Amino acid sequence: MPDAMIDSLQGLGRKALSFFERLGRAHLFLWRVLTGLPQAFARPGLLVAQLYSVGVLSMVIIVVSGLNVGMVLGLQMYNTLSDFGSEESLGQVVALSLVRELGPVVAALLFAGRAGSALTAEIGLMKATEQLAGMEMMAVDPLKRVVVPRFIAGLISMPLLAAIFSAVGVMGGYFVGVGLLGVDSGAFWSTMQSRVDWHEDVLNGIIKSVAFGFVAAWIAVFEGYDAMPTSEGVSRATTRTVVHTALAVLGLDFILTALMFGVD
Amino acid sequence: MMSQGSASPLVEIRGLSFARGARVIFDGVDIDIPRGKVTAIMGPSGTGKTTLLKLIGGQLRPAAGWIKVDGKDVYTMSRAELFAMRKRMGMLFQTGALFTDLTVFENVAFPLREHTRLPEAMIRDVVLMKLQAVGLRGARDLTPSELSGGMARRVALARAIALDPMMIMYDEPFTGQDPITVGVIMKLIRLLNDALGLTSIIVSHDVKELAMISDYMYVISEGKVVGQGTPQILDREGSAWVNQFMHGLPDGPVPFHYPAPDYAADLLAGG
Repeated sequence: MPDAMIDSLQGLGRKALSFFERLGRAHLFLWRVLTGLPQAFARPGLLVAQLYSVGVLSMVIIVVSGLNVGMVLGLQMYNTLSDFGSEESLGQVVALSLVRELGPVVAALLFAGRAGSALTAEIGLMKATEQLAGMEMMAVDPLKRVVVPRFIAGLISMPLLAAIFSAVGVMGGYFVGVGLLGVDSGAFWSTMQSRVDWHEDVLNGIIKSVAFGFVAAWIAVFEGYDAMPTSEGVSRATTRTVVHTALAVLGLDFILTALMFGVD
Repeated sequence: MMSQGSASPLVEIRGLSFARGARVIFDGVDIDIPRGKVTAIMGPSGTGKTTLLKLIGGQLRPAAGWIKVDGKDVYTMSRAELFAMRKRMGMLFQTGALFTDLTVFENVAFPLREHTRLPEAMIRDVVLMKLQAVGLRGARDLTPSELSGGMARRVALARAIALDPMMIMYDEPFTGQDPITVGVIMKLIRLLNDALGLTSIIVSHDVKELAMISDYMYVISEGKVVGQGTPQILDREGSAWVNQFMHGLPDGPVPFHYPAPDYAADLLAGG
């Protein structure tokens, strides 16, 4: 067998092994984070500060994007529905799209881009400037003090942000549909009320956003904690956070959608 | 607080071997750090001096050999015992490693808040005393980004002594500092060591500064201890290599010229 082929096979093997090694490290890390959860709730000050920087500061991008997505949905769906003469169903269509899919998924992607990358960069820089090592030498577990509050903040913020996204999106759809395109206001809300089910649609959407929040927060804090302590390492880690979260969220979305809304 | 008596060394290292990947960092190193004294560990850059501090602090495991701090083996300790031991060790990192989101006061108060249940008024008193010892009591409300490099190291030093440890490890404290800051840090290391009865371990390659404040010195090269003694002894005796290192001679056992073919032949070969 020619050398080039052997080298590329070896390279492939090496990449596969390092991928699984990283995956294993990520799970061990997750275990340590989960066992540190009870202690973190005993220090609410740290948690509240993180909730502010992760959740509250993401509100602007979530609200603006939500409004835009809702307005675009209103426009697009109106075009398609008018082919079948069903313009009155606009409210139901907009609400279902947002609550079931777009709310959790788009909010998770925006969260990864804004809050996830910020978490990774912050933890990675603390590692690069030896602040984490310093904490360890002072007999304070950096995982429990730095990582766990940020993880919990991500986990709590995601479902809330997804809900805000959906709500603002529905308002956007209303402004475009009823305000611009002349759909009857009563029809808009009544079709929505009759066809959007609490258990089937809203609750499933919430479950999705909790799952996405878990994954997004986990990837963000792990990449930061595992980053190479150099400036190149931190920049690579932040890119990885956004890419891996996007892939994981979309993959998980497919699985969850198939389970929740699939044909039995 | 168990102590083995003032005669035995505080830190004993025997047969230490450690490698990073294929590179051997330590190959059978024996070191004793006596109590109450300032001990310097010197060597060329990249010999793994910072690694040695991490090994003593239990952050890394050796491949062979053992390290005992105050009579207890660092690696057979339980996690709780290791954490208890770390509270009695202070470490000054090369960059200071201050927490960038906290003020100077909060940085020094950090170990007190984490490890003690002292009331706020007492914490304030202790922090002010520690800052006074390093001369930065007036800087208590600044953030690390507003400090110069030298000031940041002094704050980190105040933080390292916040819990009144039994020993302090300094990782390259003089590197990259202006002469005044170097003088200040030298003074502080010696003063704190004697006033607080600490044991200090300094890792550096600034020979002149170390010779002025150390009681005992070790020189490490290529994974082994190649020289040890008081600064006066090392200055006079020691192998040719140690002599070149101590006096900063440009040529000696470590040659000036990188290995190359004959000079005349090399020039003539170009035609």
